[in-house]
Amino acid sequence: MNILVCVKRVPQTGGRIVLTADGQAIDTRFLGHTISPHEECGVEEAVRIVEKEGGSSAVLTLGPPEAEEQLRDAMAIGIERAILLETAGGEWDPVSTAATIAETIEAQEAANGPFDLIFFGNEAADTGDYQVGVRVAVALGRPVINGIKDIRFGDDRHTVLAKREAPGGGWETYELPLPAVLGVKEGLNLPRYPSVPGRLRAKRREIERVALGASPSGALGLGAGEDSAGLDGAVPGPTKLRLRLPAEERTAADVIGQGPEAAPAVVDLLERIGVVHR
Amino acid sequence: MSGSVLAFVEQSGGEPDRLSLEALSLARGVAKALGVPLDAVLLGSGGEAAAGRLGPHGVGLAHVAADARFDDFAPAAWGAAIRAAMERRSPAAVVAAGSDRGNEVLAHVAAHAGLPMAANIVEVTPGDSWRLVRQRWAGSLLEDAALDAPVRLLTVAPHAVAVDPSAASAAAPTITRFEPDLEPADLVVRVISREARTTSGVSLSDAKVVVGGGRGVGSAAGFEQLEALAGLLGGAVGGSRVVTSLGWRPHSDQIGQTGLRIAPDLYIACGISGAIQHIVGCKAAKRILAINTDPDSPIMAVADYAVIGDLSAIVPAISAEIERRRPPSH
Ligand SMILES: Cc1cc2nc3c(=O)[nH]c(=O)nc-3n(C[C@H](O)[C@H](O)[C@H](O)COP(=O)(O)OP(=O)(O)OC[C@H]3O[C@@H](n4cnc5c(N)ncnc54)[C@H](O)[C@@H]3O)c2cc1C
Ligand SMILES: Nc1ncnc2c1ncn2[C@@H]1O[C@H](COP(=O)(O)O)[C@@H](O)[C@H]1O
Repeated sequence: MNILVCVKRVPQTGGRIVLTADGQAIDTRFLGHTISPHEECGVEEAVRIVEKEGGSSAVLTLGPPEAEEQLRDAMAIGIERAILLETAGGEWDPVSTAATIAETIEAQEAANGPFDLIFFGNEAADTGDYQVGVRVAVALGRPVINGIKDIRFGDDRHTVLAKREAPGGGWETYELPLPAVLGVKEGLNLPRYPSVPGRLRAKRREIERVALGASPSGALGLGAGEDSAGLDGAVPGPTKLRLRLPAEERTAADVIGQGPEAAPAVVDLLERIGVVHR
Repeated sequence: MSGSVLAFVEQSGGEPDRLSLEALSLARGVAKALGVPLDAVLLGSGGEAAAGRLGPHGVGLAHVAADARFDDFAPAAWGAAIRAAMERRSPAAVVAAGSDRGNEVLAHVAAHAGLPMAANIVEVTPGDSWRLVRQRWAGSLLEDAALDAPVRLLTVAPHAVAVDPSAASAAAPTITRFEPDLEPADLVVRVISREARTTSGVSLSDAKVVVGGGRGVGSAAGFEQLEALAGLLGGAVGGSRVVTSLGWRPHSDQIGQTGLRIAPDLYIACGISGAIQHIVGCKAAKRILAINTDPDSPIMAVADYAVIGDLSAIVPAISAEIERRRPPSH
């Protein structure tokens, strides 16, 4: 199995989000970055499948030069090859992102042979556009299904059996002929932590870099023109204007006690709100 | 001229899904602002019955493809059917629920039609350029955005817009049947088998009381105390991403952005710091009680009540107090 995983670099936000003064981005001066959680599981799954079935694994991201860090994280747990589509800062809209990723995959496959499986996250943790994987699959003319939490292969290795949760509980299984595209969700597996030798190995690996420049949708007024990104007549968007924090709904907690001595006060409360009855 | 606003309404067994009714509520506002009618498109055997219930939600015309091939989820086929409905009406906008299925199907429509799509919007203002407010980070952050396209493809964030069955004319919509042409490729991805839910007892999504545990629980074994309390309250146990990543609990117990969104009457957050990605999963709870050693942890800003201290002493003390007050059983 030859597998490609598309990952996105996102800030590791925690207790609360702080925005930059111009409202264009999250202030990341005091934050680390990570691969979106769904995609971390995609990376782990690709490594496991190649360990078991043979073949090769690659990881791809479209992002700033610093996204090299996330590619090395993926290589540290066993991904072999990495491709960085380097942007000149600013965010790319999902239409332009998908068009550029699809074009890159075609070029990669022409040079190195086809990918049997391409993994995307179900949605990116930051923008949550819920579309890049489907767009790439449609551009490549491959079957695609999202929400996947279990992956197995048909006996002849010509199909993949992918499970997702059904709306009312329980599971649905989909069978896709290979090559195929899967949008995966956290819960697919428990990603391993990288070993020290893994990290050292990843540090020495080459990363294939492609310089992209500004977003073709010209979101920042730096547009390179629609043709250059192979948008193929598709209309890009939506265009981010600014970010805002939602209004806070709650006020500070009412401290009803300290330590185990608070138990009677807690049970009084539970009785009052009707979750325990005498 | 654009003929309508077209809403994709998911249904099961002839009942429209709740998230689709929320999407209809937003779509109806858009139709009103544009001065055009609100249409719906429904798929599968129950489509006609579900369409009959949409009058109070403002739908005048419902396009129903009752083909049984749409009974199971088949995203490419559902997308093709919606595109066929779009051809019949040249809508100004197509609106779907921001459910897993709604987002996925609209992405197929967008990809084939070469149109942009805005997921999980909470507000929209039509104009020369349409203005939207959409959710990022599962709702921890909002984005003001512009959308310029001949047809605007929108999904509506779950539980952000109220269902509104108040249309003046509550007559059942006119139903028009259609049979979309499907390519063989549209039917490649479809359900081949299903398994029913196996766990018994109250599920985390339905529980009225949820006892959540975080890193502060300390170990997989530490969750026994939480199980005991949840048992006494007829509730379920959930957890933070830390406890599922450490393998203390299965991922199906995870509450938050990349886990479940719950809306119990009471959420008891034990040893959970209150990171934004956790909070988006539990903020729909009617009340939150936090048990934490740190009076300054971010959970205190969203909790209604708090007990400060070590949960490994507090949780069993609460359970013991509940049992102490119970009348002796015969
Ligand atoms: C893209 C992304 C998506 C994410 N999705 C999710 C998600 O879906 N769900 C989720 O939960 N997280 C998610 N996270 C992770 C999230 O940011 C936090 O890391 C996580 O929620 C923290 O878990 P925690 O509160 O258990 O641990 P910590 O943040 O370590 O907090 C532990 C808390 O326990 C308290 N404590 C310690 N000991 C005791 C004791 N003995 N008694 C009482 N209190 C004690 C401490 O004071 C502290 O407040 C996501 C992160 C990212 C970047
Ligand atoms: N800039 C990017 N680089 C690589 N992959 C991406 C990028 N943006 C999105 N993706 C992939 O597409 C999935 C869906 O993203 P989205 O449509 O933005 O929610 C993500 O989970 C990633 O796997």
